Amino acid sequence: MPRLAGKVVGQSSFYAAVVTLVVFAAFPFYWMLITTFKTDGDLYNLKSIPYWFNAPPTLEHLKYLFEDTLFVQWLSNSALIGLCVVAITLLVALPAGYGLARMPGRSGENLSIGIFLTYLVPPTLLFLPLARVITLLGLQDSLWALVVVYPTFTIPFCTWLLMGFFKSVPREIEEAAIIDGCTVVGAFVKTVLPLSVPAILTVVIFAFTLTVQEFVYALTFISSSSEKPVTLGVATDLIRGDIFYWGELMGAALISSVPVAIAYNLFLDRFISGITGGAVK
Amino acid sequence: MSVIAQAAAPRRLARSRFTFDRLEVLGPLFIMPAILYVIVLVGLPFLLALYYSVSAYSIFNPSYTFVGLKNFREVIDSEIFRRTLANTLIFTISAQIIGLLLGKIGAMLLMQEFPGRRLARALIVLPWAVPVSLATLAWVWMFDSLYSVINWTLVAAGLIDAAHRPQWLGQEDLAMIAVAVVHAWRLFPFGVVIFLAGFTSVPQDVLDAATIDGAGFWRRNYQIILPIIAPIIMIAVIFGTVFTFTDLSVVYLLTKGGPINSTQVLGSLAFQVGILSGDVAHGAAICLFLFPFLLVAVILLLRSLRRREI
Repeated sequence: MPRLAGKVVGQSSFYAAVVTLVVFAAFPFYWMLITTFKTDGDLYNLKSIPYWFNAPPTLEHLKYLFEDTLFVQWLSNSALIGLCVVAITLLVALPAGYGLARMPGRSGENLSIGIFLTYLVPPTLLFLPLARVITLLGLQDSLWALVVVYPTFTIPFCTWLLMGFFKSVPREIEEAAIIDGCTVVGAFVKTVLPLSVPAILTVVIFAFTLTVQEFVYALTFISSSSEKPVTLGVATDLIRGDIFYWGELMGAALISSVPVAIAYNLFLDRFISGITGGAVK
Repeated sequence: MSVIAQAAAPRRLARSRFTFDRLEVLGPLFIMPAILYVIVLVGLPFLLALYYSVSAYSIFNPSYTFVGLKNFREVIDSEIFRRTLANTLIFTISAQIIGLLLGKIGAMLLMQEFPGRRLARALIVLPWAVPVSLATLAWVWMFDSLYSVINWTLVAAGLIDAAHRPQWLGQEDLAMIAVAVVHAWRLFPFGVVIFLAGFTSVPQDVLDAATIDGAGFWRRNYQIILPIIAPIIMIAVIFGTVFTFTDLSVVYLLTKGGPINSTQVLGSLAFQVGILSGDVAHGAAICLFLFPFLLVAVILLLRSLRRREI
């Protein structure tokens, strides 16, 4: 009997700990969700219990968000920036990762660590001079400024991830293709790339999510509403003076962060093995 | 004659093809675009930042006049900057400590098999996975001066008086706590994931052997598991520190550095001085205080990456 009681206590304190941690992590997202669908009268009422609907839920906020704000434009801006950055990243990081993986001796390893370290250089250190560079390029206040700048952090990280992957592709496969008459480039395109589809997919997802998450460069370079990516637009344009449109704001935050969170979750393990340098298998 | 000439041409072609077929030649060509990109858009801007910091450059007077270390002296002499530097350290260190503690606890919980484990992991990872600016907005709403759900709960629980609701983002001490909580909230899922990865990498036979030799729960934890996963944790701490230390979006969205610069961090102060006030030279000088710190992070990271290989 005491053993059973002990087990029950152990079990319930275990679940209590799990629930506490989950609530701490996820409550703000629950709060976004419920705020999105509450009527204004319900939101700004101190009397009622805020955790649940006290008036029937409404779609008013979402309707306003999609019809009377630039939200859709911001979403498509973010998508456009993301796609262009992914394209540039693949174009640069695929050959670089391959070249580094096949470099003789330790030089490839050292060079790749050098490139990887630039991932540690934060936007906070570079936004002032880059603002000047953007002006020189004539891209101030345009979303293309972000397309040019974002690869500075996606390329180092993705090159590093791809190099790790290409190293695991046996050299013999390319050599066989070369003996059969392929050029080096041909062998890379025809044998290595098809084998690397999972790695390339990971890189695409990462470059995209890292791009969507960025805030500092967007805040620094872009001031016209119509050019803003979604993170910046929602955070700066839906707040007018001291009046907050909380329903719209939370709806926008929820809609734009859920896809990113799902994508991130699917590829989390690879991200971790990327930054721990493959120390975790 | 003509036969020889005809034979020579394809051979030369073949040789040039051979040259371009050698990986030693192609390898550097493959890597070049990546290195150029990094040099042009990270290396050169960094040098420009260095130059800004010793010039009198501002957007109203864009002159590159050399003024030596004057900007740095003025920055260090300013009361606000010293407060800012201290804040940045406080937020970074507190976020790392809470992140590591909750990360370890969370990972130990998630190592157990229980129904709903995958869902629990997905929910716990959320704060790290979503864009920081959007997640911070939810906290701005939760800390609202009038409709804060946190205050509502505290009042309902009878812990505070409805007439004296705390102004989370409007009082110096509370604003510090608010920023620290959001940073820790954002970072701890990263800790969970890292510890999980670490725990799964510990070979089961090592643990079994230790158990047979009589090692209990704590001994296994601190004398076997921790030393094995220490390098991974080290790398995570380096990344976590860099992320928190250099972040400006949490402070910018939550408090704008206020009330009266009391929650300012290096990033937000540099943004305010360099972009909003247009004093690029002083802004650059403030940013560069990040650099020695990043250098230490880089050296530590290099050492742990090297150690891993040996």
